[in-house]
Amino acid sequence: MNPVRKKRLLIVLGALGGVSVAVALILYALSANINLFYTPQEVAAGEAPVGQRMRVGGLVAEGSVSRDPESLKVQFDITDGKGTFTVFYQGILPDLFREGQGIVANGTLVREDYFEASEVLAKHDETYMPPEVQEALERAGHPGANTGASDNKDKQETSY
Amino acid sequence: MYFDSLGEFLQMGSHAPWVWSAYGISLVLVVSNLWLAARAHRNVRARLAQWVADESLREKR
Amino acid sequence: MWQTLKHWYHLLGSPRHFYRISGLWLPWVTLLAVAGLAVGLVWGLAFAPPDYQQGNSYRIIFLHVPAASGALMGYLAMGVAGLVGLVWRMKMAEVAIKAIAPFGAVLTAVALITGSIWGKPTWGTYWVWDARLTSMLILLFLYLGIIALQNAIRDPRQAGRAAALLAVVGVINVVIVRYSVYWWHSLHQPRTIRITDETAMPAEMLAPLLICMFSIYLLFAVTVLIRARTEILWRERRSNWVREEVTG
Repeated sequence: MNPVRKKRLLIVLGALGGVSVAVALILYALSANINLFYTPQEVAAGEAPVGQRMRVGGLVAEGSVSRDPESLKVQFDITDGKGTFTVFYQGILPDLFREGQGIVANGTLVREDYFEASEVLAKHDETYMPPEVQEALERAGHPGANTGASDNKDKQETSY
Repeated sequence: MYFDSLGEFLQMGSHAPWVWSAYGISLVLVVSNLWLAARAHRNVRARLAQWVADESLREKR
Repeated sequence: MWQTLKHWYHLLGSPRHFYRISGLWLPWVTLLAVAGLAVGLVWGLAFAPPDYQQGNSYRIIFLHVPAASGALMGYLAMGVAGLVGLVWRMKMAEVAIKAIAPFGAVLTAVALITGSIWGKPTWGTYWVWDARLTSMLILLFLYLGIIALQNAIRDPRQAGRAAALLAVVGVINVVIVRYSVYWWHSLHQPRTIRITDETAMPAEMLAPLLICMFSIYLLFAVTVLIRARTEILWRERRSNWVREEVTG
């Protein structure tokens, strides 16, 4: 490569490197704001601000959903295996809401184990499959069948 | 075919508004962009052809 | 291998040869893109099984993922062209950036719009400011920024260089889009199609999705070829071969 082109290449790559470092630092500094929600583990560790509006996300704990038959009030636990707290919500839940499903709730953490949600969003994982396959998995007692997530624990944690 | 009838296909199991609006808007965007590109090409060609024609006319005079 | 590559670099680097060769390719690429898209979309919409959780709304994936992937690939290609244009001062690289940007912007918009429509029945919202959605919106602004730079600067050489620089630097955002769902907690799920790992989708859904993806890449190529040809004609308007081309 001739020296002029080499110099230009170095300048362009230098500029790219410089801007990358700047962007990386900014994103690192803002990472608390870029994260859409706090996990139950972070709530349990006291990292989430109590009494402020924020989002939390986790898996709806199996067998924890209790609905008020008279109204739209519903209460359930969300967990990530390292922390658990209870969410209260009044309103229409998304179609995909079910036990074992990942959700993101917007609201206020009243106490460290008590979250009042004003909005509940369903988070789905990256797995797609036909209903028959899912039924077959369920019949076979496949552990991850009802969440649709894969069977290893590791994946479950990352896919809520 | 997964659906039993055309009606069922169009209904998309109650998800029709979402599925068909997504496909409709995308189709309009993509097709209109392709059309714009083709039109720009035709226009440039026509303009340059006109240019050449004018020039040869001037040369003859 | 290196010799053939070099040969093609010089052949396609020459506007005249590019115009001739691309003219031969264009009808076939167009045919393949349209046929592929028709097969892939009909297969995905009518023949693929529904998803056990989302039902039929998941069929938006056959547009959403190919559009998003095409938009990212297009930007990456623009970044490479930008580097080549800045370092080697290759004219065709500037033409390439100008030819890629418009359809790249359209595909980004399609990905954002289809994603938003899909989000409502699945997540329960059209939009959240999570890392994936926000970085994809920034991608749209980058594409629009490049188009704006090309139009705002009078001198075509300066406009080309400014656009090339933005194309190169903007590649950082492509990396951010790609890894946003792993680096931060987001509402958007991680990617489904994996190259090294097992794909989280059965073959009867994956096959139409891959066909759609490939066809969208081809359609992108079609628009790039058309736009590059237009730009070449205009830039070379004073040369003899263009005169012959437009009158012939």
